[in-house]
Amino acid sequence: MSVRRMAKEQPENFAFTLENLEVAKQRIAKYPAGKAQSAVIPLMWLAQKQNDGWVSEPAMRYLADLLDMALIRVYEVATFYTMFNLKPVGKFHVQLCGTTPCWLRGADALKNVCDKVIGPKGQTSEDGLFTWSEVECLGACVNAPMVQINDDYFEDLNAKSFEEILSHLRDGRQPKLGSARGRTSSEPEGDPTSLTEPGLYDPAVAAVPVTFTPTPAPESGEK
Amino acid sequence: MPKLTVDGIEVEIEPGATVLQACEQAGSEIPRFCYHERLSIAGNCRMCLVEMEKAPKPIASCAMPAADGMNIFTNTALVKKAREGVMEFLLINHPLDCPICDQGGECDLQDQAMAYGGDRTRYAENKRAVEDKYMGPLVATVMTRCIQCTRCVRFITEVAGVTDLGLIGRGEDVEITTYLEQSMRSELSGNVIDLCPVGALTSKPYAFTARSWELNKTESVDVMDAVGSSIRVDSRGREVMRILPRLNEDVNEEWISDKTRFIWDGLRTQRLDTPYVRKDGKLHAATWAEAFAAIADKIKATKPERIGAIAGDLACAESMKALKDLMAALGSPNLDCRQDGAKIGYGPREGYLFNTTIAGIEDADAILLIGTNPRWEASLVNTRIRKRFVRGGVSIGAVGPHVDLTYDVDWLGAGPQTLSEIADGTHAFAKVLRGAKRPMLIVGMGALTREDGAAVLAAAAHIARDMGLAVAASGEQEEGWNGFNVLHTAAARVAGLDLGFMPGPKGRDVAGMIAGAEAGDMDVLYLLGADELPTSDLGKAFVIYQGSHGDQGAHRADVILPGAAYTEKSAIWVNTEGRVQLGERAIFPPGEAREDWTIVRALSDVLGLSLPYKNLTELRSVMRAAAPELGTVDYAPGGDNVSSVTWANIGIPGALSDAPFEYAVKNFYFTNPIARASKTMAECSALCLTGDVKPQAAE
Amino acid sequence: MLADKDRIFTNLYGLQDWRLEAAKARGAWNGTADIIRMGPEWIVEQVKASGLRGRGGAGFPTGLKWSFMPKEIGERPHYLVVNADESEPGTCKDREIMRHDPHLFIEGCLVASAAMRAHTCYIYVRGEYIAERNRLQAAIDEAYADGLVGPKACGTDWDFDIIVHHGAGAYICGEETALLESLEGKKGQPRLKPPFPANVGLYGAPTTVNNVESIAVAPTIIRRGAVWFAGLGRPNNAGTKLFCISGHVNRPCNVEEEMSIPLRTLIDTHAGGVRGGWDNLKAVIPGGSSVPVIPKEICDNVLMDFDALKEVQSGLGTAAVIVMDKSTDMIKAIARLSYFYRHESCGQCTPCREGTGWMWRVMERMVRGEAELSEIDTLLEVSYQIEGHTICALGDAAAWPVQGLIRHFRPEIEERINSYRKSRPVPVSTAAE
Repeated sequence: MSVRRMAKEQPENFAFTLENLEVAKQRIAKYPAGKAQSAVIPLMWLAQKQNDGWVSEPAMRYLADLLDMALIRVYEVATFYTMFNLKPVGKFHVQLCGTTPCWLRGADALKNVCDKVIGPKGQTSEDGLFTWSEVECLGACVNAPMVQINDDYFEDLNAKSFEEILSHLRDGRQPKLGSARGRTSSEPEGDPTSLTEPGLYDPAVAAVPVTFTPTPAPESGEK
Repeated sequence: MPKLTVDGIEVEIEPGATVLQACEQAGSEIPRFCYHERLSIAGNCRMCLVEMEKAPKPIASCAMPAADGMNIFTNTALVKKAREGVMEFLLINHPLDCPICDQGGECDLQDQAMAYGGDRTRYAENKRAVEDKYMGPLVATVMTRCIQCTRCVRFITEVAGVTDLGLIGRGEDVEITTYLEQSMRSELSGNVIDLCPVGALTSKPYAFTARSWELNKTESVDVMDAVGSSIRVDSRGREVMRILPRLNEDVNEEWISDKTRFIWDGLRTQRLDTPYVRKDGKLHAATWAEAFAAIADKIKATKPERIGAIAGDLACAESMKALKDLMAALGSPNLDCRQDGAKIGYGPREGYLFNTTIAGIEDADAILLIGTNPRWEASLVNTRIRKRFVRGGVSIGAVGPHVDLTYDVDWLGAGPQTLSEIADGTHAFAKVLRGAKRPMLIVGMGALTREDGAAVLAAAAHIARDMGLAVAASGEQEEGWNGFNVLHTAAARVAGLDLGFMPGPKGRDVAGMIAGAEAGDMDVLYLLGADELPTSDLGKAFVIYQGSHGDQGAHRADVILPGAAYTEKSAIWVNTEGRVQLGERAIFPPGEAREDWTIVRALSDVLGLSLPYKNLTELRSVMRAAAPELGTVDYAPGGDNVSSVTWANIGIPGALSDAPFEYAVKNFYFTNPIARASKTMAECSALCLTGDVKPQAAE
Repeated sequence: MLADKDRIFTNLYGLQDWRLEAAKARGAWNGTADIIRMGPEWIVEQVKASGLRGRGGAGFPTGLKWSFMPKEIGERPHYLVVNADESEPGTCKDREIMRHDPHLFIEGCLVASAAMRAHTCYIYVRGEYIAERNRLQAAIDEAYADGLVGPKACGTDWDFDIIVHHGAGAYICGEETALLESLEGKKGQPRLKPPFPANVGLYGAPTTVNNVESIAVAPTIIRRGAVWFAGLGRPNNAGTKLFCISGHVNRPCNVEEEMSIPLRTLIDTHAGGVRGGWDNLKAVIPGGSSVPVIPKEICDNVLMDFDALKEVQSGLGTAAVIVMDKSTDMIKAIARLSYFYRHESCGQCTPCREGTGWMWRVMERMVRGEAELSEIDTLLEVSYQIEGHTICALGDAAAWPVQGLIRHFRPEIEERINSYRKSRPVPVSTAAE
């Protein structure tokens, strides 16, 4: 963590779009009556989405009103959770995982790409398209190294494939999500080492109906 | 009760106590920073670690409920090492600026570092620097010193009841701040200075003016309102340098309001330090003899019934007693201590006291506020109501305009109409009161200073009698419960009423005296620190003003007699509960100013009517003979006499006006001459720190 | 090697369809109503008998944890909260469950909730898993539409709601009480314990917090019988487990294997072996970043289970195996973890707030060798001053990697310091006058 401050320049106000307000109401309804505060993180995320990727000061006030929270409590949440950007970011926010599992498999090379293609960490590129940050483990370690760009994970990267993704984005093309090496997800590359048994997916085997009949108090020593 | 051992000493503890409390009970002192007995438990500083038998690691004693059979150790090598470790962590990023830190000498971190700190650092990195935060005109911040104990956040949230402070950020970059560095909007904000265990939050007005060890500490009583908070006046030479709270569970616990704490700069300005006599329309400095001579000339030429005396809100019991005796010697029945014209003081003493007592609020389960905004009229009474509220299980209703009291209130209506409905049982809240075990009501001065004040008081007494607010002691209940309360705003008032500083037979009250002066029927008015009057309406009357500050009264005066402020005299004060308290002199009055009773006594000699006491002891014994209730110090009668109260004698039943109640205090920061002389109070007022106060220039 | 028929997560890699019908054909939602009708005590008894230990890292017996919930619903409702805040470096298994086998997981939520008498289950998914929580929500919508959850779930008389919640970037929210704070809309700062969540949890009500994997395996365990599950792995280390093998292996992957499988077998069989061969192995962090690293000598023979790894002063943790070959700068690898813990410390309690930053700064210098030899012991002491003195386990988690490094790689640190010194001119101290 480093000290996080709100942007100096702030918009005048913030309000959810009608559509988002509906989403917000549904979200609040998922928690017990009087516990609207529970919705603060999902709704702040929604506000960030609506506000081009950052949470503005008026948005905090708006959320405080909407959720009947003290402003300082909203501010605490905004500064505690690192996914909330308190300052504007580029159209594509590149979050590069730098934690050990990704570092072991070449995250530094991806950082060099960012430095070269985007510019210094934390600053938005001149064309306003990219901002890159180093983040902590994003939980895709067997597909390391990886980055998250806005909502999407890009995995199994190297400098070349990563650069390609950035240039796709710059050109307005959608890069392929997930593994850049053609893996479906987290299976080992090449021949499978498990889940290969013939008939494994035969419902007649996999889903043989089971039933249980209540018996008087089960013996505790059942082994 | 559960039993456990601490270092082999067996102690029996209250159920619900913590291990830390058990250790204290066993005589083991446990170091701590975040723990505070009046705040919720945070358990974050980790200084209070102790060893518990069978626990694999040391436990935070502040957060661990004590249980039967525990064996706790506070002096083992493990404990010592744990505490030293925590201390080292606290110090690695703490600046070594003790020599320029106002907390120096009274710093928990400094003190505990003596016991648990190393003599050198192993931390070879740069220390963390944290940006200072603006929190308003009262609290200075040096946030690099902060150890993130969150006492301030918890106090402001839990006790003061405003959500202004928070801990933002994460990890080693957490910071205490208000939202966007706005001022704290609380009348209790200064207490965070006392709570801060380091020098992160210190007093802004006091900054760099003194070291704690060079100050004389005098225990005294606050007069900013009728609560009578216990205070310690710290002085150096002839100046009060600061004011701190003193622990008094019955009154202010360990808090004081910002007005109480920061009033002291008002003690230095606008002071009357020499007598003045008006000649040719202008006030000229004079000697005491000249001033007394001018008064004597006038009084000797005036008929007694054309002389009047009014005692102000900051008058001590002694000066009122002396002035009352002088008026009696002169033969004048015109005297009054109710500047604001409150329709109280007749009937039983219980009719003008806060009988439930401030601590008693904690036992109440239903509270009815009538024309009072306790937050501004008596901040610490409000704090106690909030404390009761936070515990839950209390219904609070109020009659009066809507204000923010920091707790949930059922706003029942704006004026006496609602009160009548409650009194005749038709209002829903009547049922609440009837259904409560320990109901109470609080009538404010805003409701009693009106034309129909006596009728309002009678209605309140009616409610008290009919709705179970008065419960005599019985087998079930050890002490009587008297839920009838009058909340005063003036520190002088209850003593004045006890002493009978009230119109005698055919005497004029305040309104009568003012009207008389304007009409030319009153020739001499003696204002004993009375400044909250329409002084421009006094016609041609000869006005004697005795007091400490050049405020309204002094401006209108023909003769000014410089008196002592509350920190400059030994004096008796009676708070709203009827609690008699002794204030001590911390410093001498400035210049020619004198303790007030001695001024009246000296004047009596000049008038040839020498009062029968030569020193304070004699005066007090005469006073106690006249008003025995002033004899018992530090005691509030509470519900003692509840069964013998004649409720019918409280107030005068009559027609109630339709006008909504107005609250007695319009601007919390400007309620008396000392406050109006204080730059700090003016600054607070201008910032609108309190939601209801409109900005208003100092007069 | 575990036989495919004994694998619970048969769509671990998403090669099959995740949707309800396909999931049912693979065996999910099979006999669920029957299981619920057997009653809470019976379910808890099955899980206890299976020997299932929590899959989130601490390894607390799951059935026992469930049994701490009050036996009757009192004034306060009961809650099941599922910890899907998967953030432990090296770990990426719950992600696969949520996006590829969501129905097994949802079924598990229902069964576990019924066992602890909870009508409501919140699933706290880490904020970054956006696609995963959308997938999970889609599966939940299917389950609602099919009557599997919702009022009278699966046709039983148990009403059950399941709600997906998410965080916004805070590792500490994987700590169960910090997770509850976060779910209540506050900063994720761990609570003091006692009271424990089973007494005072979400909204002050009895709550159990379980890891995704622990919940998702429950229905299959019950279907196939506790004996089956207990028969896999060594005693006290029962069952199958999802392993995440990352770092310097030829084919990093997730895989479901039998507990107590030898580490070497695990890596060689499923991850294509260590890059450059087994002899090129330097060290392994066997259970996610929080557990101490073990050097090759230990890796040669160690078994992957709770007890075996504890014996070698490490832990199974989340079973995230981070492999490092001989090219690895061990000091830097651990320094990066120290950075992680400093970044993720919530800042609430002193030892962690101050200590994680201290350790990281010293570690950074040690990476360069810019330190005194005596500082290695100081660093070790600092780690002991954090360990066991904090409100939650993050303090321990920050301390252990450093302790593991010094325990096994002290010579490497010393060498770094010495060579740094050799590369510099010796400072000539000017004599004091």
